[in-house]
Amino acid sequence: MEPGDLEELYQAVILDHSRKPRNFGELPDATVTVDGDNPTCGDEIHLHVRFGPGGDPLEQVKFTGSGCSICMASASLMTLKINGRSRAEAGALLQDFQGMITGSAPGPAPKTLGDLRLLSGVKKFPQRVKCATLAWHALRGALEGSTGVTTEDGTDTDSEGIAVG
Amino acid sequence: MHADASVTAPAAPPDFEALRADFPILHQQVNGHPLIYFDNAATSQKPRRVIDALVHYYEHDNANVHRGIHELSNRATAAYEAARVRAARFINAPSADEIVFVNGTTEGINLLASSWGGKFLKAGDEILLLELEHHSNIVPWLLLAGKIGCKLKYVPVEGDTGQVDLAKLDELLTPAVKLFAFPHISNTMGVVNPVHEFVVRAKAVGARTLIDAAQSAGHLVVDVQAIGCDFLVFSGHKILGPTGSGVLFGRRELLDAMPPYQGGGEMISSVDFYTAKWNTVPHKFEAGTPHIAGAIGLAAAMDYLDAVGREHIFRHDQELALRAQRGLEALGDVRIFGPREGRAGLVSFVLGQAHAHDVVTLADQKGIALRGGHHCNQPLHRKLGIKSSARASFYFYNTAAEVDRFLEEMARIQHFFRA
Repeated sequence: MEPGDLEELYQAVILDHSRKPRNFGELPDATVTVDGDNPTCGDEIHLHVRFGPGGDPLEQVKFTGSGCSICMASASLMTLKINGRSRAEAGALLQDFQGMITGSAPGPAPKTLGDLRLLSGVKKFPQRVKCATLAWHALRGALEGSTGVTTEDGTDTDSEGIAVG
Repeated sequence: MHADASVTAPAAPPDFEALRADFPILHQQVNGHPLIYFDNAATSQKPRRVIDALVHYYEHDNANVHRGIHELSNRATAAYEAARVRAARFINAPSADEIVFVNGTTEGINLLASSWGGKFLKAGDEILLLELEHHSNIVPWLLLAGKIGCKLKYVPVEGDTGQVDLAKLDELLTPAVKLFAFPHISNTMGVVNPVHEFVVRAKAVGARTLIDAAQSAGHLVVDVQAIGCDFLVFSGHKILGPTGSGVLFGRRELLDAMPPYQGGGEMISSVDFYTAKWNTVPHKFEAGTPHIAGAIGLAAAMDYLDAVGREHIFRHDQELALRAQRGLEALGDVRIFGPREGRAGLVSFVLGQAHAHDVVTLADQKGIALRGGHHCNQPLHRKLGIKSSARASFYFYNTAAEVDRFLEEMARIQHFFRA
């Protein structure tokens, strides 16, 4: 499918994955859990990763949380793609996906992304890019050893704020 | 439309459909479909008359105000101050000196928190708010509380209807409350609060009152003397005016007693290297070159609205909202927020299993502009146990036919997401 019409995109893959997300659930023996937050809409993805001995590869990846269908489908497709991959491979996929979804990488999306290429249509909808990248921000956090990320800056959620009595 | 600004609202409702011709932006296709603009609670569209006022100002009268002795400056100053008089009449303020131009509701509330709150509140004093509050009527008070140690309290609202629990209000409204601040119309629930009733109760315990009229000023008749409030604030852009324009009303004696908000030109009467004396109100609160064009455009918007008649506008808003509410109810499996009777011109809802962002994106594909998210109302959404909702908000240039198109689309989207 040439991703163009967003509705086609929904039909083709997103609905399926958002209704029946793969690798959805807790991972009791996770090495790390990253809480990904999209503060503009309140969506949240918790990415659970069990690394192999020595911290490589990503032996198992699961996720919990809730979000819109694009957010859930992206997370679901991502886990299918990175399960069992090395840190380096996961990092490369992350870069390729970011390049495709933000439109910063010219030309067609790399074949290595597989079904994830179906999400490329999202780049035409700037407001939805954050939905598609939330799980990937969490992946970046897992690779970089952070436990909280947001779609705003990809860094720690413990930003400065205020709390009163 | 060419009705004179000074006339009172016409007795008969106008032909709303015909007024659409005054709004150039409405006549376009979006994603191959005629635009249906249902995001009026976020911002309104602008009639030709307002756009022309801006163009005329920049083409003929542009100059700085209150400074120059030359002709253009005189004209700009006269138009700017005429806008202040116009704004006073719009909300029936006793005097134009009680009208402070601000860049919107948010700035108006920040001004009050910083100036009035900073001077008159102390540690332990209470600020009473509603659970309905927009972030702009929460965060300025949080900042103040962090600085001086005053306390924030919230009056609970009833479940999905958003109605204020009056018994709880009476319980919370003690003499410790120094300010009771609340929205006239909730931007998520569409509840119209009994503002006069609230003010009477606040006065009984000696609390000052602030009304966030962002959702009401352009939709129904707002009379600050009849309401009896101390402060009232609204944005120009939600009532057909330019972005960056807005009004803070404050009773004269209160404004007189408040320190300046920002320092700069215009807000002073004299300055030395180590001393300064403040200008009189309202200029004391308007440091620097103001949004002159914004005020002039806002006055044109007020002329337009009063020529249409806000009584008629509100009735039209309500009819559309009720039509939308009933249509959504008929779909089944839709959670609808706000009162079933007497809602203002907006409906927030959760459409079955569909996430608000998906609803808004798919509606946009058919040219329908909705809002999806928490509408700057995160605490309320949290209380309701949801992350986000979709919202359709109406204005007088919207039609029943548009509501019906919207309902058809919602039915289709709901079906689409039904597993």
